[in-house]
Amino acid sequence: MLDRRELVQRLLIDRGDLLVVPGLGSAIYDVAAAGDHPLNFYLWGAMGGTAMIALGLALARPDRRVVAIPGDGDMLMGLGSLATIGVKQPKNLVVVVLDNARYGETGMQASHTDAGVDFAALALACRFRQARTVTRIEEAAAVRKLLHAGDGPILVNAKIKPDDVPRVLPLRDGHSIKDRFIAALNGA
Amino acid sequence: MHSPADIAASWPDAIYAHFRRLSIRQVGYVPDAGHSRLIALCQNDPDIIDVVLTTEEEGVGLVAGATLGGQRAALLMQSSGVGNCVNMFSLLRNCGFPCIALITMRGEFGEFNPWQVPMGAITEDVLRLCGFLTYRVESADAVDEIVGAGCDMAFNGNLAVAILLSQRLIGPKQWTR
Repeated sequence: MLDRRELVQRLLIDRGDLLVVPGLGSAIYDVAAAGDHPLNFYLWGAMGGTAMIALGLALARPDRRVVAIPGDGDMLMGLGSLATIGVKQPKNLVVVVLDNARYGETGMQASHTDAGVDFAALALACRFRQARTVTRIEEAAAVRKLLHAGDGPILVNAKIKPDDVPRVLPLRDGHSIKDRFIAALNGA
Repeated sequence: MHSPADIAASWPDAIYAHFRRLSIRQVGYVPDAGHSRLIALCQNDPDIIDVVLTTEEEGVGLVAGATLGGQRAALLMQSSGVGNCVNMFSLLRNCGFPCIALITMRGEFGEFNPWQVPMGAITEDVLRLCGFLTYRVESADAVDEIVGAGCDMAFNGNLAVAILLSQRLIGPKQWTR
């Protein structure tokens, strides 16, 4: 089982051109803890939408690498988006699920993955090109390579410890997050 | 010149012409009889990425992502799909994403299936509560003007705009073959 902060830190080190969409809850705090960046689109609400926002972005910018980082609850709410991604086959999209098998924001209740629901198997059934489950920090370097150069769509299910870690709160105003992202990416 | 019969059959072409005019590059939809002609036009256009969705709320995320990436996007859905989107619409309002949604109405004029009526009857109110400007189209010859104005408002002002294409325009669903 992985330490979520250490994993995300290692995945986003020297991130280069990556476009990152962390989902609501602790994924936002983990990505912010790894370093605030204008090319982070912090999704503070719209649960279930993380992977689809990343898909729209990946289709719009096939020249860039896009990483969605939902928690397991967010991914469960948007399971259909795995099928939608599977239809479009974006080569530049990687989904990294931070899976602690818990609803961390609401009191650590067990999620479906606690009962064995398997995102990697679901992704492969939805025609993802690659999917894997990681449990050891030694695998972080290989996953980081997938973010930058893997043949997508790819899903990585990261089994993280259900720890309650300190919150790192980034920018919260939606207009500011959006405008900053667009300006940094498109120079508008 | 187009005859009235031509206009009645080709109103989706008028919507498509505005998609071309405004360089809309992504179109998200759940398959729909009322939008079938427009969907086919988009699928056959190499400049448009058509994205078939499992549920309409996915399309709201798609629009947001496309906008972040510098592209314009549009959503096509039935009135029943509006109900699937309610929480996801908060994304548009929170961030000021432009959104043009073309809604084919069910559950109104001449509806055969009473199960469509409850959602169809509240569709426009739901959209307004969610922050959309709404415009209804009742006849084929009004499609061009209203859709054009709605698209311009959405993209000029970063607004959420819904065009409700009435069941009288589309025609009731035919249940006999």
